[in-house]
Amino acid sequence: MAYLDHAATTTLLPEVKSLLIEQLGAALNPSSLHESGRKARQLVEEARERIAKALKIRPSEIYFTAGGTEADNVAIKGIHWARQRERRRPQLLISAVEHHAVLDPAQWLAERGEAELVLIPVDSIGRIDLEWLERKLEKDSESVSMISVMWANNEVGTVQPINEVVLLAAKFGIPVHSDAVQAIGTLPVDLSDIKLSALSASGHKIGAIHGVGFLMLRTGVKVDPILHGGNQERDVRSGTINAVGAQALALAVELVIRNQTENFNRISKLRDDLVKRVKSAVPDAVYNGDPINRLPGNAHFSFYGAEGDAMLMLLDAKGVQVSTGSACSVGIPQPSHVLIAMGLDPVRAKSSLRFSLGSTSDTSDIDFLISALPDVVSRARRAGMVSDTKVAAQV
Amino acid sequence: MKVLAALSGGVDSAVAASRMVEQGHDVTAVHLALARTHDGQVGSRGCCTPLDARDAKRVADVLGIPYYVWDFSERFKAEVIDDFIDEYASGHTPNPCVRCNENIKFAAVLERGLALGFDAIATGHHAQIKNESNQKQLYRSVDSAKDQSYVLSVLSAQQLSHSMFPLGDVTKTQVRAEAAAKGLLVAEKPESYDICFIPDNDTAGWLNKQIQPKVGQVIDAVTGSAIASHDGAHQFTVGQRRGLHLDRPASDGQPRYVFNVDTKTQTVFVGPETLLSVTRIFADRPKWTCGSAPEVGSEVYVQLRAHGEPLAAVVKQIDDQIEVELRLPTRSVAPGQTLALYDGNRVLGSGTITKSSR
Repeated sequence: MAYLDHAATTTLLPEVKSLLIEQLGAALNPSSLHESGRKARQLVEEARERIAKALKIRPSEIYFTAGGTEADNVAIKGIHWARQRERRRPQLLISAVEHHAVLDPAQWLAERGEAELVLIPVDSIGRIDLEWLERKLEKDSESVSMISVMWANNEVGTVQPINEVVLLAAKFGIPVHSDAVQAIGTLPVDLSDIKLSALSASGHKIGAIHGVGFLMLRTGVKVDPILHGGNQERDVRSGTINAVGAQALALAVELVIRNQTENFNRISKLRDDLVKRVKSAVPDAVYNGDPINRLPGNAHFSFYGAEGDAMLMLLDAKGVQVSTGSACSVGIPQPSHVLIAMGLDPVRAKSSLRFSLGSTSDTSDIDFLISALPDVVSRARRAGMVSDTKVAAQV
Repeated sequence: MKVLAALSGGVDSAVAASRMVEQGHDVTAVHLALARTHDGQVGSRGCCTPLDARDAKRVADVLGIPYYVWDFSERFKAEVIDDFIDEYASGHTPNPCVRCNENIKFAAVLERGLALGFDAIATGHHAQIKNESNQKQLYRSVDSAKDQSYVLSVLSAQQLSHSMFPLGDVTKTQVRAEAAAKGLLVAEKPESYDICFIPDNDTAGWLNKQIQPKVGQVIDAVTGSAIASHDGAHQFTVGQRRGLHLDRPASDGQPRYVFNVDTKTQTVFVGPETLLSVTRIFADRPKWTCGSAPEVGSEVYVQLRAHGEPLAAVVKQIDDQIEVELRLPTRSVAPGQTLALYDGNRVLGSGTITKSSR
């Protein structure tokens, strides 16, 4: 069996597993005023400090959430609402290749008439158009509420010029949020260098558990809450804080950041090997995304005329677990908005697979993939595209 | 065998898939996304709602088999929904479930399954397949109230050879009991009777939105005079009595029924019940599920509706046209309906009715 879907979720780090076994079970509510409560608070605050240290920010800039999606929602809705209270500035500048956890809250605000969603275009490798952004801000920065550009793309792996975005936006005093769910631990993320206003992260993508994440909100950035209740996390995020989850998250953040260079080197080498062998096994496979500046574990290909879902099913039957893109879009196959934004035609977009490597990946996973892939691609090509019958017939 | 089990989210397909798993087949579940509403959401009810997809997925998980959604909505629209509209616009009475089986489930889906390495498709249809001298034969279900052999009579012998209907030997009551015993939570789900792509079961209202209304006359065939007007011939089907909005009773005092619809002139012909009686039925597009056409002179049974009575008949002509003569007259035969032919409980095949006469 080969698990090549670490970008969807990755295995629990062994150290995190030991910590969970040790700490789970106690009654831990950090808001309680008794001894157990104090112990829980100690766990949460210590976790906050360790994450802050690893990312070179202040502990008070970390807000625990129930995951990346929630952090993205608070960032987009919360910052936008807070900015509107100062003055009306309706435009949300969102990169066209964002995860749905960012795009959909922005879309939701737009549909309610509370915002105008303006997509920042990307080039054919999925990198945002900085010149477009600069022209846009020079022309009309007064209308802009905030900018959101992901650190690195979850589907095609392309790393965005996030510092350039931050520097550009700073000239106009516009807050920048970045979804760094795929970047934490895989790329160098040093927030003392890069003055983002907000950043989202998720636990289960880095070997902590599901249901924990955090939002980094730089001191002074105002945000309206989306969850109301017990006023935890300084009113930004009500709800009993997951003390053990925070500890698991802190440990995972420390470990992946400490080992980032070493893991980057090992996994990107493995990935380069995968790419080379896929191209040799299926010579007409097209490698998507930035060929150089990309997530170390990401390899994304189009196999023209072979439906992604069909390849996924056939590979799954052979014990090879991959994805057609973001796991959230699985269900009814739609061409990925990321690939469409990059200018791929719908057939090529639907003929795509993402292979993503992680801490437990090794050469045997690639051997396994390569032994199955050529037959899978040719079989899927023979079956054609389900919905695009006319286009597929020409292939 | 590698079997593709079509899971609708209902109880029949769930039990069918579970029986395939129990028989030791290598089963993969596929849920077909077919009907889409205007906002891009799948279905409104029936067999293609998001809730049905979720139920189907849950069944697959309980059975421990892989589950995928195949989006056949474009082909479904082209070959079932648009065909349904065109047929009504031509004054015919189509059966969309027959078209779906003919063009989607046992054609596009089966072909894709075979191309992807599956050997057969299994569905929850209530019908039996028996092996007879190396040829699969389609039979009615043991549950005559639930029998779906009629809507399967459009399958070719080739399609039938790659089909499996694991529920043919049980009644619906037994299917529900089996689902409950197996812990399949769809056991109590209500039946879906209606047309899956029409919300609210309002076929007439739905068709009126799809077909440009054209005013025409209602002509009494006995007197030859126009006795009413209408705003769309597609709203009338042979045998229909209600909704004619006649200004006055017919001269002979008999109730009037639609017995012919001419969409070219937008004329609806009505007459007394006796005019509905027919004994000769003509059909085209023959399909021989059993492998070969019956011989002229054969004694057969024909069925004209999904749950209609079998009618004794003699085959008068068989080539690219089918002509049968009924032993006893029947009424309300509309062009577009499927004429299914049976030898006892065995399905021979079918054609699409083009006309009928006395």
